[in-house]
Formats: sequence, structure tokens, C-alpha cells
Amino acid sequence: MTRLLEVENLSKSYAGVQAVKGVSFGLDRGEILALIGPNGAGKSTCFNMLNGQIRPDSGAIRIDGDPTLGLPPRAVWRKGVGRTFQITATFGSMTVRENVQVALLSHTKALRRFWGYGGAADIAEADRLLALVGMEIHADRAAAELAYGDLKRLELAIALANEPKLLLMDEPTAGMAPKERIELMRLTAEIARREGIGVLFTEHDMDVVFEHADRMMVLSRGVLIAEGPPTEVRRDPQVQAIYLGEGLVYDSRHQDAPASGSTAQEAH
Amino acid sequence: MPIFLGPQSIVTPMQLVFVQFMTGLASAASLFLVASGLSIIFGVTRIVNFAHGAFYMLGAYVAYTLTEQLSGAIGFWFALLAAAVIVAALGCLLEMVLLRRIYHAPELFQLLATFGVTLMVEDLVLLIWGPEDLVGPRAPGMSGAVVMFGKYIPTYDLFLIALGPIVLVALWLLFHRTRWGVLVRAATHDRGMVAALGINQKWLFTGVFALGVFLAAIGGALQIPRDAVNHSMDLSIIVEAFVVVVIGGLGSTTGAFLAAILVSELNAFGILVFPKISLVLVFLVMAVVLVVRPWGFFGKPQPPQATAVGNTVRPWRPLNRTELTIAGGVVLVIALLPFVLGNYALTIGSEILIFTLFAASLHLLMTVGGLASFGHAAYFGLGAYGAAFAATAFGMPMVVAILAGPVLAAFGAAIVGWFAVSLSGVYFAMLTLAFAQIVWSIAFQWVDVTGGDNGILGIWPDAFASSPSGFFWMTLAFAVPALALLQMVIFSPFGFALRATRDSELRSESIGIDRKRTQWVAFVVAGAVAGLGGALFAFLKGSVFPDFMSISVSIDGLVMVLLGGIETVLGPIVGAIVFKALSIWLISQTDYSKLVLGLAIIAMVVAFPKGIVGTLADWRAKFDARRARKLAGGVATAAVAATVLGGVVGTATGTLTDAAATDTSHRNVAHRNASHQEIDR
Ligand SMILES: Nc1ncnc2c1ncn2[C@@H]1O[C@H](COP(=O)(O)OP(=O)(O)O)[C@@H](O)[C@H]1O
Ligand SMILES: [Mg+2]
Repeated sequence: MTRLLEVENLSKSYAGVQAVKGVSFGLDRGEILALIGPNGAGKSTCFNMLNGQIRPDSGAIRIDGDPTLGLPPRAVWRKGVGRTFQITATFGSMTVRENVQVALLSHTKALRRFWGYGGAADIAEADRLLALVGMEIHADRAAAELAYGDLKRLELAIALANEPKLLLMDEPTAGMAPKERIELMRLTAEIARREGIGVLFTEHDMDVVFEHADRMMVLSRGVLIAEGPPTEVRRDPQVQAIYLGEGLVYDSRHQDAPASGSTAQEAH
Repeated sequence: MPIFLGPQSIVTPMQLVFVQFMTGLASAASLFLVASGLSIIFGVTRIVNFAHGAFYMLGAYVAYTLTEQLSGAIGFWFALLAAAVIVAALGCLLEMVLLRRIYHAPELFQLLATFGVTLMVEDLVLLIWGPEDLVGPRAPGMSGAVVMFGKYIPTYDLFLIALGPIVLVALWLLFHRTRWGVLVRAATHDRGMVAALGINQKWLFTGVFALGVFLAAIGGALQIPRDAVNHSMDLSIIVEAFVVVVIGGLGSTTGAFLAAILVSELNAFGILVFPKISLVLVFLVMAVVLVVRPWGFFGKPQPPQATAVGNTVRPWRPLNRTELTIAGGVVLVIALLPFVLGNYALTIGSEILIFTLFAASLHLLMTVGGLASFGHAAYFGLGAYGAAFAATAFGMPMVVAILAGPVLAAFGAAIVGWFAVSLSGVYFAMLTLAFAQIVWSIAFQWVDVTGGDNGILGIWPDAFASSPSGFFWMTLAFAVPALALLQMVIFSPFGFALRATRDSELRSESIGIDRKRTQWVAFVVAGAVAGLGGALFAFLKGSVFPDFMSISVSIDGLVMVLLGGIETVLGPIVGAIVFKALSIWLISQTDYSKLVLGLAIIAMVVAFPKGIVGTLADWRAKFDARRARKLAGGVATAAVAATVLGGVVGTATGTLTDAAATDTSHRNVAHRNASHQEIDR
């Protein structure tokens, strides 16, 4: 049987800057794979290529054996790929529940309907997903006024709406308190194992990585330099050289949530 | 512009081409001055200054007055310069008093506020200088002409032709060789950086605005030896300047220079080569540029700064049963109006009903879809012409003709929308404006079919609708279902998808929503409903004219939506009623209705950005929150109360923040947008 996700030789450069160079890896159903690397290593670029946001310069991506290269994000999503963004993207003018409902309506291809009240559709399923991520008490609030950590949880609920096979989570816990991080990833891992969803995530908090990842990869300047079970990777001298002396736990305090629009612009 | 036909009576084609070419070049100078000012202001402040044409016109008027007072060569040139300086000082004042308050507002608000300034200036000019065209003096020492290729070319034209490149070089030196200029360029490139360098951004903005206005005013002042000064100079130049800036690229002076020449030559030769489509030509070129290269020839692709309209903090919900009953009651009362109102009032009532359709259809596009169209009148007009053709040329019965209107409008919207949804923000606004001007030009110039300026007359309603009350009822019978349909669309799954594309393109595309297709469908629906309004309007007036799709009708629509409350569902209906009623009343009360209207628009944008319905909703939310808080006092533990009230209090907090200083609320909008922006590409 083919693997859930197969990535071969993915490369992307921006105006001379080689952001990602020849990245290849695979991911199985129910497996949780962490992608780590310093800021600017090319992690977000990888995610954006995987969901069709950015077209790679070269390489191949197969999901369940289907090549997805060149498909727009919406088509990749239809193949069962949910994603969350490093800088959250939600529908600010809608309630939390409506955010999930839109995703559910899209999943059942009901968004072309001109009749019926969209806010009355799939309420039970939306509330189930919200309860899953611990957001049920916020269901009727506007997404625009949520705290950053809550937005991250909402993103997870949205990403789960199309019963994905594969979840791509770019820094899902950035901006959260340490306790919240562990909790969110525990939740994600639990759902993933139960439903057989493959998860690829990036994370700066090594405690979270060691706790939940089955396997990890290290990206440095666009190149994968190590790959394997976390306990092995942490001993890799090349990896240790990158995170010099920090015992692989580098300071997560620098990864605070963007407080306002302007800082959000700068974060990448 | 008179064309000098030269010493001999026989004109060779080459000579004609040469004369036209020189005339075009001379016109390009003023256009370049105005457009470069517009472009520089946009580059730094991100404000698309609609009032730029007004400053051009003021420059001409003030120069006229000064040249009357000052004589001699020195007096003349000093007068032109002094006029520009005076107008630039006015510009400074405007920047400090008005623009500083709205830098953080959504683009649409800025455009409308500066449009309000334009309206005011138009009436002020009328008040001060009177309605007659004023003919200024010729430039001393340049009233003659020079013979070139056997043709007379006015000396003053040659002066203007030389002036263009001189100003271009001067601006280049200013921006590359002075500290201030380098700062301005830095600010154009990256606004945050200038703030980080500790430069006083406030005064940099003021200085840039003053420079831009100076350029516009001198452009106007320089026109007085060529053309009579009149009070429609502002709109004609601003539209052309927009075209130039869009073609050349927002923020690029060189782009403005070359595009000004291109546009002026197109105008000069268009009349010669394609007299039938001369008016369309320029807009056609702009539309093509926007489609092929939206950021213009010398501009750079810009990330969206802020969405065209703000997000609401109070999520929409459809009317509940009580509210629906009230709405039904209101419709019933309106239906009974013919029994109490006179004929004149009923005719106005029909017109107001028609414009609720227009405003509500624009609202679907701009509020729900986040696409502020500056050319929505095109579909209103297409609807009117569609109905007129059906009724007069094909002799269809009235009701069929009224339905033919929306069909033609939807068809037009389908074509325009196809191109327009690729763009957003200012570019979307400009492309829709360009298409509206194209449609207007066709109606104006295709005389055989449309009757041109004379329009199509004799579109009489059937007998049952020929009385004012009959027509009112018929209009109501069309308007109510159409408005109900729009409400249904807003809350339907499609409406949610549309709002999703507005809130976050990134998120909507990554949950399977096709943004372009969704917005295109909305564009067509909005066009069709506007077209229905236009068709009814044709029968109300008994005639159709190109003016039905003029820029001012498009802007009226924007003001109606804004007045009602941009972030609300019922806003456009309330806004259309209040706006239409007020402006009809104003016109009957004062000769200076534009002055009042302009002032009202500005006041609204600055002090009242949420509009009537938005403000009412705020009050109601505050009231509800207070009541809820009182109730909560009885509940035993604070923790339980907090949980129960989480939603309500949250809403109230949002409301309170927004109710603080107005520009703070604008800033909130901008921030919210920024934090939802697609940055992580
Ligand atoms: N749109 C872009 N244009 C130019 N360079 C980019 C763009 N996006 C990312 N980069 C560059 O590519 C590299 C990788 O960025 P990114 O994938 O965001 O890294 P990470 O997510 O690991 O922090 C960085 O050097 C970054 O500056
Ligand atoms: Mg990243």
C-alpha cells in the first residue's frame, strides 16, 4: 500500500533565495511527524507547497498515491488535507460556530445553495468539533474577538471539518501558554491516532515534540539534515550544532503571538 | 481645444498628425502634474485622493483671480505660482483636519471622504466665482505661435511640452538628491521603516500631501491660457488622472509621465481616427492594463493594505419571527401610502423604492463580498436601457420589458465581473469604474441605437401602472421580493461562502471555496438586481439617458450603503431611503445641496462610520448588555455568570471599544483586518 503522503525532491526559491532544497519524506496514516528548524529554515514554505498555496520549482507530492502538484489549495483540500496557519486565518465577522459550519457546508458541497439559512446547517456536527477542541463555550462569539490561543483551536476545528486524512499544522501552538501547548498537541495526537489521520506539524517547543511526535525531521536552510525517532535525532551531532548548547530546547519565549497587525506582518 | 490649421488651407495628413501630436503632448503636461501628485500622495499615505481634481480646479480659479489683479509678465507667472501655493496651503489644512483622522480607515471611507470634499469645493467655487466659464489672460510673451512643418503651433503649447520633462527631472532630483525626498521614497517603500527611524511621520505625510496638491493646483493654473475655467474641470481631470496613475502604476512618477502622454495622445488621435469610440478608448486601455498588469507598467504589486470594508464584531443573524412580523407590518404601511400621499410624493416614493434596490444590490457586493464597486451604476443603466430597448424597439409589454432589464444587466455584469474579481481594493474599484465609463461612453456615442445624449424617450408604463399610485404599487411589488431575495442570499450557504472570501481569502481557499467563482456569481446577482432598479426607473421617468450610469450615480450608491451602515444587513435599505429623501429635499431647499451633501458625507465618515443602522445596533447591544449585567448580579458565583455571559459581555466589550474615539474604531477595523490578513504565504 502507498504511504499517505509522499514528497520527493521538493525545491523552491524566491528571487535567488533557495528556501527549500530537495526535500523528500513520507508520512503514514496515523503517524505524527514533527518538522523542526530555526526561523527561516523553510518550514512554512514546505507547508505552503504541500497544500498548493505555492507552486514548487520542482519535485513531486502524492497524497494516497494521487499526484497533487499544481492543484490549487481548494482542490488539495478536497483530497482530504486540512491545514492550520502559522498566522491564523479565520472568518472574523462570523461566530466561532459559523466558522466551522462554513467548512462543513463546503465539505458537503452545499455552499452553492442560495436558499436556507447557512447558520442553521450542521449545528450538531459543528458543536461536536468545537467541543473536541474545547471551544464549545465560545461557539456564539465573533471569531474577531477571540484570544490568540483560542483562534489556534478554532483553526484545528475548521481543519478537522472535512474528515481529513492528513493534517498540516504550521506552528499550531505558537503564542500559547506552555500548558495550553501540551494540551492542544495531546488532543491532536489523540484524534489523529483514533481516526488514523497523518499529522505533519512544526513546533518550537521541544517538550511538545518529544512528547507527541512519532518521528521528527530537522530542516536547516531549506535542507533536511536529520530524520528519525526523536530520541535518535536529538543525539545527532549536526542537529546539536544548530541548536548549540541548548539541549535542543530553544527558547520558545521568542515565538510569542503577534500582538497586533504590524508584528504579524513581520513574523514569518 | 481649437486646432490651428496653419497658414495654407490644404492640410496634408502628415501635418494633421503632427498638429494633433503636439496638442496631445501639451495636454499631457497638466495631466502629468495632476497624476504625479495623485501618485505621490498615494505612494506615501495610501490615500486615493478623489479631491485631487478639486484642487486642480481651485488652482485654475485662484490663478484666474490673481491674474486679474496682477499685471505684466512677472505678475502673470507669480499669480500662477501663488495660486498653487495658496491651494497647497488649503491642502495642508485638509490633511491636518480631515485626512489624519482617516488614515487607518478602510479605503472606501477615504475615497468617500475625499469625494465629499470634491462636492463641497464644487459648490464653493460656484458660490465664489459664479456659474459662468471664465476666460483667463494669455501668457505674456507666449500668445503667438511658431511655424513648424508649415503649421502654427502655439508658443504656450511648446512651453507646456517642455515643462513636462522639466518637472519630471525636478521631481526625480527631489526624490533622489534631497534628504526629504529620500525619506519620502523610503516611506513609499515601507511605511513602518520611517516610523522606526524616528522620523515624524505626521509631518512627512502633511508635506507629501502639500506637494501633491501643489502639483495639481499648478496643473490647473497652467490651463488658464489654454482653456476657459469652468466648474466641471475637476471630475474630468480626476477620472483621467486615475486612468494615468493606474496605467503608469500607483506611486510611480515616471509611470505617470509616460501614461499621461499615452492618455493625452489617445484623446488627441481618438477623435481623429475613431471618432465613434473616442470616449471609450482611454478606458478600454485602462481596463486592458488592469486585467493584464493590475499594478500598472511602473508600479509594483502591492499586498492588500486593508480590506475595502471593515469586519463587524457583531455577527449577523437573520431577522427573527418578531422582526419579520415588524418588517411585514412596515411593508403593509408602505403599501397603504397611496391612500394618504399625493402624486408628487408617490413619484418620489417610487424613486426611493427603486434606489433601495440599487443600494441593496451594491451592498451584497461591497459589504458581503468586500468588493467596493465604483461603477455599479453601469448595471442600473444597463437595466434601464434593456427595458427601454425591449419596450420601444421590440414593443414588448411593460412587465416583460422590466424583466429584460435585469437580463441585460446580468449579462454585462457577467462579462465585467469575470475580469474584475481578479482584483481587489482600489484596483477593483478602478476597473469597475473604467467599465462603467465604457458603458456610459457607448450609451453616449452609439447615437443610432441609444439616441446618445438625447436618450430614448417614450417609455410609457401600461395602463395599470400609469397613475403615480399604480406605479408605486408595481414598484413595491417588484422591490419587496427582490429585497427579500437579497436577504435570503446573504444568509444562505452561498452568502456565507461570499463572506468567507471577504474575511479571509487564504482560509476560504483552503477549505475548498473558489473565491473568484463565488465573487463572480455575487457580481452577477448584484448586477441583475441593480438592473431591475434601472428598468423600473426607465418606466418611472419615461425615458433613459446615459446619465443613469454616470459616476455620480455610482457614488450615490456607495454613500447610501455607508449612510445606512456598512457593517449591517439592513443598512442599505435605510440608507437609500434617508439619502434619497434628504437629497431630494435638499435640492428643493437650497441651491448648494452639494455643499451640504459633501459636508454630510465627511461628517459621516469621521464621526459616524457605522452609519444609522450600525449605531442603532450599538445602542441596542449596550442596552442588552446592561440588562444582562443586572440580571447577572443575582446569580451566586461570578464564575458561573462569566461563563453564561461570555458571549454577551464579549460583544459588549467590542462595542465599547468601538464607541470610543472614532479614529480608534477605524484603527480597530484596520487591525482586525491586518490580524486576519493572509501574510503567511
Ligand atoms: N514570499 C516570499 N518571498 C521571498 N522570500 C520568502 C517568501 N517567503 C519566505 N521567504 C524566505 O524563504 C525562507 C524560508 O521561509 P519560511 O518558509 O517562512 O521559514 P520558516 O517557516 O521555517 O520560518 C526565508 O529565508 C524567507 O525569508
Ligand atoms: Mg514559518
